[in-house]
Amino acid sequence: MSAKLGRTLCVALSGLDGRIVDVEAHISAQLPHFSVTGLPDKACGQAPDRVRSAAATSGFPLPPQRITVNLSPASIPKQGTGFDVAIALAVLGAAGVVDARRISRVVHLGELGLDGTVRGVRGILPAVLAAARSGMRHVVVPPVNLAEAQLVDGVTVHSAPDLATLVGWYAVRGGVDPLPVALPVRGESEGARRHVDLGDVVGQPEARLAVELAATGEHHLLMNGPPGVGKTMLAERLVTILPPLTREQALQTHAIRSLTGDEIRASELDLTPPFVAPHHSASIASITGGGSGVVLPGAISRAHCGVLFLDEAGEFKTSVLQQLRQPLESGEVTIARARQLVSLPARFQLVLATNPCPCGRAWGKGVDCSCSALELRSYQAKLSGPLVDRVDIQVVVPPVASAAFAEERGETSAAVLDRVLAARGAQRERWSEHGWPTNARVPGHVLRRRPWRLPASVTGAVDRALDLGQLTLRGYDRTLRLAWSSADLFGRSVPTSEDVGLAYTMRSQGRAAA
Amino acid sequence: MDGHQALGRYGEDLAARYLCDRGMTILERNWRCAEGEIDLVALDGDCLVICEVKTRRGTGAGDPLEAVTWQKARRLRRLAAAYLRTRPGSVPDVRIDVIGVLARPGSRPLVRHVVAVGA
Repeated sequence: MSAKLGRTLCVALSGLDGRIVDVEAHISAQLPHFSVTGLPDKACGQAPDRVRSAAATSGFPLPPQRITVNLSPASIPKQGTGFDVAIALAVLGAAGVVDARRISRVVHLGELGLDGTVRGVRGILPAVLAAARSGMRHVVVPPVNLAEAQLVDGVTVHSAPDLATLVGWYAVRGGVDPLPVALPVRGESEGARRHVDLGDVVGQPEARLAVELAATGEHHLLMNGPPGVGKTMLAERLVTILPPLTREQALQTHAIRSLTGDEIRASELDLTPPFVAPHHSASIASITGGGSGVVLPGAISRAHCGVLFLDEAGEFKTSVLQQLRQPLESGEVTIARARQLVSLPARFQLVLATNPCPCGRAWGKGVDCSCSALELRSYQAKLSGPLVDRVDIQVVVPPVASAAFAEERGETSAAVLDRVLAARGAQRERWSEHGWPTNARVPGHVLRRRPWRLPASVTGAVDRALDLGQLTLRGYDRTLRLAWSSADLFGRSVPTSEDVGLAYTMRSQGRAAA
Repeated sequence: MDGHQALGRYGEDLAARYLCDRGMTILERNWRCAEGEIDLVALDGDCLVICEVKTRRGTGAGDPLEAVTWQKARRLRRLAAAYLRTRPGSVPDVRIDVIGVLARPGSRPLVRHVVAVGA
């Protein structure tokens, strides 16, 4: 018997990292059997049933012989149904239905339906990125995932609706026509559909300033106020005044969306930073990422390069809040599994909103509040400690008086964004040689030492607070950081005592009420 | 004898002729024991061949060979052992073959021979 071998390529994903997988098929004269080796998971191991039916209904029944498919390197886990198309073509190559040489250098991604249609899978974008980085020239993707695949440069993307079309491309008797190249998908990007603007917010000058400062220096933000005063509105609008993402960052955020199965409709990158607002009943896995078998990105990874908003932060489980600490420091999250360690990027700006108490009425003198002392204490204890210590800006958002309605529309996001961009430019200039992009990432001790130490006349107020024990050393550092952001925002080269005073109020105000 | 059995008989005849044409000697046909039945027992040189024959009129229910699942292949091994116990003396080599006969009405029957199925 002559050796009947077929070979093509696919990609195995582990988090956002992809690795090229050789899909080899061998047909031998034995009783009919179809097996897949090379650590397939349950879904991938069921590929033979799908491939057999898809091939038969497309008019190319598999030979009644023993078919062995190996996914190499066989030692890394293969997850999901994205190997179906590659397995089908490798087998048909071994059977002599398609030209085995022509499929051997093309990456094939996608799931097969029993009728031979090519169906979409999760994680096409990171898979195509991995293929491009490994020097592959051609990738075939499912039609529904075409837009995201076309976001990747340096690789030609093809797409076929079904197995019969693919067989037509590679048919032995067909000429050696190049594969048809898919046209770019025109569609409305997500950013164009978002219609929120900072101008919608009524009144709230202090809170607006806090949000602007948060955008300027990439500071984490805590807003404390009674229900219905616009905390959520303000948080949603933070992304509209953040600098647009770089191409590289946008590719990363889109790759994460692709992993979660979010549909990407246009082959054009959306440069708006993501805004993610998980509900307070969220589990640890939904926040940090995880899941059984396939590791899916959680809220903190979906908020990578953008804003993670925790409304009713005090209602989140303490264990969930504690999980945020490590990613806040390192900018990534590592999920450990028996067979693999998956690292996902998670550099997000944290925005917390909280009510003053469980009933939400402990406002002003708090006479309407119906919470017991014990309830109040446990509610406040939840939001103290290490997590909130990392939040630079803590402000109180007061109820809006009717007088504010008379006010004209507030300043628009576009106007604020201009100021933020200018301030970011100043920070980049100042810190670029050290590699810190924004004030929030500058280590605390740097600002206390030369050449960045501010004169005592400027820092007088916070020096006193430190001496009196009203401010910890960490709090002192954070106040200085915020003072620098304030100076950058108002176009001053060095913070003045007003900047330091503002920073101190922005820091202590929320804490006092919380 | 109903149509179903007639078809099986027809396939077995065809398979026996096929093996003879390839120089094998048929030792037994439809050898029975408590464990079941062996369709054909043949001698290919020194090698004893235990042969299962599957006949189908079409591939609507799959190829004839697909009807031999791994459970059936394992049963064939047990049957082979049972047959060997009844045979005096020793046999140098034994193998299990499967022959699929596709007898589509109105066209020439197609015989497919799988040598030495693993079990």
